[in-house]
Amino acid sequence: MIEAINLNKNFGKLRVLNNVSFSSANGECIALIGPNGCGKTTLIKCLLGMVVPDSGTLKFKNENIANGWQYRSQIGYMPQIGRYPENMKIGQVMEMLADIRASVHQVDEDLINAFALKKLYHKRMGNLSGGTMQKVSASIAFMFNPEALILDEPTAGLDPVAAEILKEKILTEKAKGKLFLITSHILSELDDIVSHIVYMQDGSIIFYKPINELKNEVGETKLTKAIAHFMNNTTT
Amino acid sequence: MSKIIKYILLDILRNKIVVAYTLFLLAISLTVFSLEDTPQKGLLSLLNLILFIVPLVSIIFSTIYIYNSSEFIELLVSQPLKRNSIWFSLFGGLAGALTLAFIIGAGLPTLIFEHSTTGGAMVLMGALITIIFVAIAMLATVKTRDKAKGIGLAILLWLYFSLVFDGLVLFLLFQFADYPIEKVMVGVSALNPIDLGRILILLKMDVSALMGYTGAIFKDFFGTQKGYIISVIVLVLWIVLPFGYSIKKFNHKDL
Amino acid sequence: MRRKLISLIGIGLLFYNSNAATIKVGKTEVCKTIRSAIAKAANNDTIMVLSGIYKENNLVIDKPLTLIGIEYPIIDGENKYENISIKADNVTIDGFKVCNSGISSITDFAGIKIYNRHNAVIVNNIIEDCFFGIYAQFGINCIIKNNKLTAHQVQEQRSGNGIHCWKSDSMQIVGNTISGHRDGIYFEFVTNSIIWRNNSFKNIRYGLHFMFSNSDTYAANIFENNGAGVAVMFSNHVKMFHNYFKENWGDGSYGILLKEISDSYIDGNDFEKNTIGIFVEGASRIEMYNNSFKNNGWGLKIQASCMDITMKHNNFIGNTFDVGTNGSLVLNNFDYNYWDKYDGYDLNRDKVGDIPYRPVSMYSMIIEKYPPAMMLFRSLITSLMDKSEKVVPSLTPENLKDNHPLMKPKQL
Repeated sequence: MIEAINLNKNFGKLRVLNNVSFSSANGECIALIGPNGCGKTTLIKCLLGMVVPDSGTLKFKNENIANGWQYRSQIGYMPQIGRYPENMKIGQVMEMLADIRASVHQVDEDLINAFALKKLYHKRMGNLSGGTMQKVSASIAFMFNPEALILDEPTAGLDPVAAEILKEKILTEKAKGKLFLITSHILSELDDIVSHIVYMQDGSIIFYKPINELKNEVGETKLTKAIAHFMNNTTT
Repeated sequence: MSKIIKYILLDILRNKIVVAYTLFLLAISLTVFSLEDTPQKGLLSLLNLILFIVPLVSIIFSTIYIYNSSEFIELLVSQPLKRNSIWFSLFGGLAGALTLAFIIGAGLPTLIFEHSTTGGAMVLMGALITIIFVAIAMLATVKTRDKAKGIGLAILLWLYFSLVFDGLVLFLLFQFADYPIEKVMVGVSALNPIDLGRILILLKMDVSALMGYTGAIFKDFFGTQKGYIISVIVLVLWIVLPFGYSIKKFNHKDL
Repeated sequence: MRRKLISLIGIGLLFYNSNAATIKVGKTEVCKTIRSAIAKAANNDTIMVLSGIYKENNLVIDKPLTLIGIEYPIIDGENKYENISIKADNVTIDGFKVCNSGISSITDFAGIKIYNRHNAVIVNNIIEDCFFGIYAQFGINCIIKNNKLTAHQVQEQRSGNGIHCWKSDSMQIVGNTISGHRDGIYFEFVTNSIIWRNNSFKNIRYGLHFMFSNSDTYAANIFENNGAGVAVMFSNHVKMFHNYFKENWGDGSYGILLKEISDSYIDGNDFEKNTIGIFVEGASRIEMYNNSFKNNGWGLKIQASCMDITMKHNNFIGNTFDVGTNGSLVLNNFDYNYWDKYDGYDLNRDKVGDIPYRPVSMYSMIIEKYPPAMMLFRSLITSLMDKSEKVVPSLTPENLKDNHPLMKPKQL
């Protein structure tokens, strides 16, 4: 569903993406991991059209996304830190997004209900706690039944209950054949939902493997340990 | 596009600074019109307001608002929206809200107390200058990534247009006093929207004095229907060009 | 003395009228032309002219006659002739429409011209498209009253003056309306005369042009929208009362231009929306009281060549600049005027400001030197300059100030 071919991006002298190529299909749940500054966020931003790559092509459902914008109606995005105009109410943000995606008739309100956000609809964004803000961001990402979801550090800032709700939701949607791209540092949280792992370092993809294969290779049952093992191997 | 503009407009209108700005303008204009002996003096005080406060608030507020909205802009970009329409909506929201604030705060009192052509011209210029400085602010923010730098740039731009430019013009005037520079001056005035707006108001307010001496050149150009239309077009260009350039930059900007 | 003279003439006219005849002129009358009627008439007869168009070439009146037009008979000069020439004393011309006189650069053709005569009375006439309208040359004791003069020339040389008086005395110019001429009313070497309640507007050059004419009064006239306003030059003992000067706009246009004037009074006049209300050059001993200067570019421009000019009890309201000057020498006296730009205070409540007002702003001095600087007027930088000048005067004349500015405008 998402395909990248030889993506390159420089910020000034700094090379952030170095010949990145990969391809992912429906139903995959990919964990995008790597140390800080490895290019994870830039890669996501390229997918979302926030950053324009210097060279290379990105395809979404076999269509080049350069200069396109319609394709984003099939993507749900949950940012790491959601910040909204402070005088907007939650209800208004939801309403506005519904306006933007007026073509979607069936709105998925599972998360809104699960987080009980409707009670807070009259609250202004400027007065919300970080956790509530994340709940809003998560709800927005799932609201319009997108085929692909990009979640940037989804569980950071969420309380355990909310994190669990979100995980459940991811599993349900994954079962429907949706593609997930999740960046995270805290791997243990994702152990049970991730199907593939992409590991990035210094702007390059070091590997892109199904989790089972990875576990077999390193012989660890726990993902964290598997990664730690791998990191140790590459650094030494 | 109109989908988001409405929400941005509502958000800005509820902003404390915008509310304070409106009340401030309202207080000042009501004070000058009720305290001064003649409405003309009220108009004069108001003119200073338009030339000084309005550009300042417009450019600084817009700059800060856009920097503060960077995450929101990212969210919008991740939605199925053209970048053009996002930037346009921000501009529309800012320009609309600040113009509305100006109209309520200063425009309505002016039209109530002094519903002359001078008053009308002043309200029109105030609105145009508001929009122009929103456009300039958008250019400043799109060119600089750093918030502190951007705000600094905005303040410098304001200082340049409201003070430094005129100082330079005055200096040139004194230097080239022996040459026929009146025509050049008309051209130079197009390079600063504040000057151009001020001259158009002067033509209504001090028409008698402008008819003297160099009056000829003022009358021949600004005083005619054609000149007036050209001047207003130039002012509109001051909106279109900075904003057009900023939209071009924004379309290729990495967020 | 003068009044006695007039009443004597009145009695004289009554006496003559008793045995004067009336001759009618018209298509159906015995006299078909005015010329034939004049030839037939005896001194002091009355000629009644019925309505119609009369082409009489140059009509010369060489006897003391009274000509009365019924329903404005037209005397057409066919753009070739002087319509009426008065070459006798005691001629009255009343109720004619005089039009299309000849235009010449050698001869001063006029609709009605008085040649070295006394007691001409020219009343209630309409004078249209004549080179000069009514021309008095060595006229004495003539009355020019309630005439309406219009011309439509655009070039100055193709147009003469509306009412033109040259080397005349004791003239009365009253209630005339003049527009479209070169100068509305022109006085040169005219003495002891009065110009009263005339309306002079949209003339090509001056509404009133006044030179070498002493001891005259003009009062309650309206001068509006003339090319260069009103010029009063090289004269003395002139009284200007309650006139209205409005919208005389343009490069070098004034409400009044006073040049080399002395011992004169300017009282109770209104100056509104002129480029310069009063421009004074080389004048001395002039008293300006109770005038109102409103919405002018400059209320008053007073050159350093003036002395002993007294400005008292005038109102300055809404002028771009109240007073302009070209030098630092001030031999004039400003006192008890109202200035709307005054921002001083009155602690002792005597309705007079406690600190003096300086009506000359720094920026007006700059504009005097660098006219294009007008472009920057009212900008932030020039306001700052004006403010700092008020604290520490450097460019503006130190002595040009009103020590007793009024807090409220004087009721005029």
